[in-house]
Amino acid sequence: MDDNTLDGNAIGGLLAEVFGAEMTTAVSTCGSCGAVTLVAELAVYRPGLGTVVRCRSCDSVLMVFVSLHGTTCTDLMGLASLS
Amino acid sequence: MAGTAVRGRLTWQTATVGSVSDETPTVRTLRLEAPDWPGHRAGQHVDIRLTGDDGYQAERAYSIASAPGEPLAITVERLDDGEVSPYLTEDVQPGDQFEVRGPIGGYFIWEPGFGGPLLLAAGGSGVVPLRAMLRERSRAGSSVPARLLYSSRSWDDVIYRTELDFPSDGVRVIHTLTRSQPPMWEGYARRVDKQMLAEVAWPVADMPLTYVCGPTSFVESVATILVGLGYPAGRIRTERFGATGQ
Amino acid sequence: MSPISRGFHRKRVEAPAGRVPPGQYVTKDFPVLSAGPTPHTPLSKWTFSIDNGREPKSWTWEEFRALPTETLTTDIHCVTRWSKLDTAWEGVSLDVLLGAVDYSAQYVLAFSDGGYTTNLPVADLLGGKAWVAFNFGGAPLGAEHGGPARLLVPHLYFWKSAKWVRGLELRDTDEPGFWEMYGYHMYGDPWREQRYAGD
Repeated sequence: MDDNTLDGNAIGGLLAEVFGAEMTTAVSTCGSCGAVTLVAELAVYRPGLGTVVRCRSCDSVLMVFVSLHGTTCTDLMGLASLS
Repeated sequence: MAGTAVRGRLTWQTATVGSVSDETPTVRTLRLEAPDWPGHRAGQHVDIRLTGDDGYQAERAYSIASAPGEPLAITVERLDDGEVSPYLTEDVQPGDQFEVRGPIGGYFIWEPGFGGPLLLAAGGSGVVPLRAMLRERSRAGSSVPARLLYSSRSWDDVIYRTELDFPSDGVRVIHTLTRSQPPMWEGYARRVDKQMLAEVAWPVADMPLTYVCGPTSFVESVATILVGLGYPAGRIRTERFGATGQ
Repeated sequence: MSPISRGFHRKRVEAPAGRVPPGQYVTKDFPVLSAGPTPHTPLSKWTFSIDNGREPKSWTWEEFRALPTETLTTDIHCVTRWSKLDTAWEGVSLDVLLGAVDYSAQYVLAFSDGGYTTNLPVADLLGGKAWVAFNFGGAPLGAEHGGPARLLVPHLYFWKSAKWVRGLELRDTDEPGFWEMYGYHMYGDPWREQRYAGD
């Protein structure tokens, strides 16, 4: 396990900013393997260029957030659902 | 456990440092005054944003160290190669300002109504949100039984040392010191492992609520061991701090 | 307007003038920045391949390590603003690897274990400017820094130096890789501060 990896708790503020709501208790479904996980328990990588949120079961990318020039680009294509 | 209700959009507001106190040579608690602070729940965190005079901004997240109803406080550990933590733990003075956004988090929270018994497992600065939970337990007059298993490198690294030496009724604090121990130390002197958790944790049949917080490797290790011991994953909540000074 | 936090500043540049690109500061650390978990491909399964659209040319780890290598000391520059000076590497030059392939394409998409990709012009891989590096600081490249082998293209921002690289796809057009798709610069010259598209 890579010590630099975080979880969805760490991006609670970013998610609230993007979605306008508390999201760490939202339920995500992985578009690749179907794993159902609380957002707080997803694997989060923040290499400085952006935030990459991955499924803990299969490592597929679920969400990507990149902030450039004051705007946050959000890609949720890896999710089957988020509720 | 129910999630928190939507509180509406989070906005940045200005916080002024009211007072600072050093918990250890590398850890400091900052009491903050934010006039529009809406209150918080035990276990939540804030995002803070610093702005330099050239406009450069840096953001970080810190767990709230105080209980709901107490003045807002954060506890920060200095990371050697950090950009923000050396500033907060060494340079900041009362009257200094930065921005704060919060409270944040609906998952890693505890209140007396959630019940227990509680097992709190802290690795290093992971003790901060768990201490807020214990303070909340005390303020609410709760009798939910609680055990805090707290892993630190040495006695000098233990945060909130005095407070934890005098826990409330029904709270037991178990330290483990992984790198060095004071003379005549009789407590645990190693990293948390299966044997230690088997000795310290509540019986599985008691259906404890567990909160694990600290460096990612600590959290992963403890959570995995607990699941292996038969504790249902759904009653274990985790918060990973990434790689820290540990 | 955000209030100024008295005394707070970004890490300072402390290097000889002209040594560090604009907006960068020098670090003695080597930050580990990853977009995903560290892969652990066993060397027995590792290959590096160059795909020209017809017949991929592939090297096993043994074949790769039998190729001539070069050592170099160079500065590296991350788009997150840290620069690390005088880093020592050993690797196989892309001149050697691309020299073994027939191609007319002008661009590559480098791809890695774990799915990471980044795009580069072929011209920026040739002429002694790029390596597949397997040693850092005189020792085998650690997994967290991209080992067993990573792409090393020090004249561009370091996100182009793909960790855990497994090969190149030759392309006729310049197609954005992972970060480029989200708005990072297609080329990434630190000296022209090309961090984001449009810079």
